[in-house]
Amino acid sequence: MDIFFYISAGIAIISTIMAISGRNAIHSLLFLILSLLAISVVFYLLDAPFIAALEVIIYAGAIMVLFIFVTMMLNIGLEHKQEKQWLNPSMWIIPSILAAILLGDLILALRNMPTAVAGAQLIQPKQVGISLFSTYLLAVEIAAILLMAGVIGAYHLGSQKKKVLHRFLEKK
Amino acid sequence: MLTVPVETQILFAGILFFLGLIGLLVRRNLVFMLMSIEIMFNSAGLVFIIAARHWNQPDGQVMFIFILAVTAVEVAIGLALILQVYHHFKTLDVDKINKLKD
Repeated sequence: MDIFFYISAGIAIISTIMAISGRNAIHSLLFLILSLLAISVVFYLLDAPFIAALEVIIYAGAIMVLFIFVTMMLNIGLEHKQEKQWLNPSMWIIPSILAAILLGDLILALRNMPTAVAGAQLIQPKQVGISLFSTYLLAVEIAAILLMAGVIGAYHLGSQKKKVLHRFLEKK
Repeated sequence: MLTVPVETQILFAGILFFLGLIGLLVRRNLVFMLMSIEIMFNSAGLVFIIAARHWNQPDGQVMFIFILAVTAVEVAIGLALILQVYHHFKTLDVDKINKLKD
């Protein structure tokens, strides 16, 4: 079982690297979908089959398709000369060093973590549902309000309006 | 039965998080920045799932479902804003979207 974890973790990391370093937006999105599918395999291995299904259906199925549609609508292909310049190796050094320091910090912190419970068993989706609708009922309602606000906000922002500029901005 | 130590699992989530962070810091295209934020959200959810398995409680999976809802809203609003920005400025380069500055 362990070998599957390492293989899918490796695929997820490699495809995430490809996703954030690609020039073409569509290729990067496809690599990101591959990464999400690999993470979904990890979820399955971590005894969460329900979450693995949700990851495939909602993340890879809905959110990434939304990304791809918008990317196709905007028709952003290979552009941004400046970003090409930004993407040369010297620009990666400082952010990579900073993030590597943070990662080393995390590794050091993980070395003395208390390990208490062993022998995990499968958490059934039924248990998750009962917990979701009893303990976290208020949070579910707040999430519903958030989704409602998101729908209205996306509709409002996405509707094509006439370009309205402030009067100071008009004379450019 | 998975016997990978929990430190390794969290290390995997941490690597994904920092990859997302590097992407957010380096890329100047709005779509790529939103993608990097997605990667970071996802690795945070992965930590919740790892913790749920480690402590043998369903709460972590519940939290992942909430993260999923928040992410869906964030992506919808973010993509709508990106569309508006593109119609307005005809570019997605965040360095060029600085009209407030001058």
